[in-house]
Amino acid sequence: MRITQGTFSYLPDFDDDEVRAQVQYCLDNDWPVSIEYTDDPHPRNVYWDMWGLPMFDIKDAAAIMMELGKCREVFANHYIRINGYDRRYGRQTTALSFIVNRPKDEPGFRVERQEFGDRQVKYTIHSYATDRPSGQRYE
Amino acid sequence: MTTNHVQSTATGIDLDAAFQASNIQPVLAELERELVGLEPVKTRIREIASLLLIARLREQSGMATERPSLHMSFTGRPGTGKTTVAIRMAKILHHLGYVRKGHLVVATRDDLVGQYVGHTAPKTKEVLKRAMGGVLFIDEAYYLYRPENERDYGQEAIEMLLQVMENQRDDLVVILAGYKERMDVFFQSNPGFRSRIAHHIEFPDYTLDELLTIADLMVQQQMYRFDGDARAAFAEYLELRMRQPYFSNARSVRNALDRIKLRQASRLLRQGGTIAPDELSRIDAADVRQSRVFQGGIDK
Repeated sequence: MRITQGTFSYLPDFDDDEVRAQVQYCLDNDWPVSIEYTDDPHPRNVYWDMWGLPMFDIKDAAAIMMELGKCREVFANHYIRINGYDRRYGRQTTALSFIVNRPKDEPGFRVERQEFGDRQVKYTIHSYATDRPSGQRYE
Repeated sequence: MTTNHVQSTATGIDLDAAFQASNIQPVLAELERELVGLEPVKTRIREIASLLLIARLREQSGMATERPSLHMSFTGRPGTGKTTVAIRMAKILHHLGYVRKGHLVVATRDDLVGQYVGHTAPKTKEVLKRAMGGVLFIDEAYYLYRPENERDYGQEAIEMLLQVMENQRDDLVVILAGYKERMDVFFQSNPGFRSRIAHHIEFPDYTLDELLTIADLMVQQQMYRFDGDARAAFAEYLELRMRQPYFSNARSVRNALDRIKLRQASRLLRQGGTIAPDELSRIDAADVRQSRVFQGGIDK
């Protein structure tokens, strides 16, 4: 099941030139860009791991693409996303965020039903990938 | 990248139109106008500009062109305009579409080399990333290499620089700068650098006349003016100063002018009373002659 989230969730995955163009758009707007990765695809997992720090004072997308290349080397089978922060508001505001790398196989989610008092049912989703410990999920 | 497509017809390629379209002329003219002397440097810059223009035309005509390597080294004594030219160079390369952004990042050893193990690589990488799309100017590059200390982290920064200079030629241009002799030693001990730098540009010292022209330009820019005697006195001052140690060309001129402005201000205040507005900008010969240089001392 292909997971989608973020700014361009309704589009097919970007190729490198398209990613580069989006990153350049961020930089031209003076939005610092950061790269994050995770192997927990649950939609409510907002805290992804940072690949280095957010990159300030960068003018050209080549620098970000270099970092992205390195991140992909290490985490080829993880989800990787790129965020652009608009700092004009004086707080961390994500202006743009999109997935640039995903595992080859995405097993998806199952629905879990929890029954409790008075025959009520709570529904939740459970990612098959997280049945295995972190770091071994998409091997 | 600027893509000013030039019409190539069956009859030929219009070189003049291509030159016009590149927007390079105003930058070269500015260089000519605002930089005094430095003939070898200007010649080389014009050569590089032509090379890039032709390379682009070749590309548009479908000829194979390897991207020319544009890493440079600027050697010369202090105050000969290395940094100023580097800023211009970034602009020129941008106009020619060689670098995408055309900004200049100035770095010295402090910005590149770390204090402890594992500190250098992120620091160097940080600077390289900031410079991408523009020009990285490394002042006094020879301090990166300290042969007397084998545990020095400079070598790590050098290796990283070399790697990026080679693999990401499209993304940034590196300019190394420093004194001629010490740069030569640096290149000898780091042959990797020498072979990756295509353009070695030497900045000659200014002549007395050129320094005077520079002084005139600076005075004019700051909206002061020499009166006749003062200009003669300043010429005399320069002649004496040039023979003294620690003379650093245009920088010494600027410093001397700053001190002259100081003396002019205190002279005016001491004098008191009412003065013509013109007096505020006039530099008197006395302001110049008070300098220690005339008594055989040194202005640093």
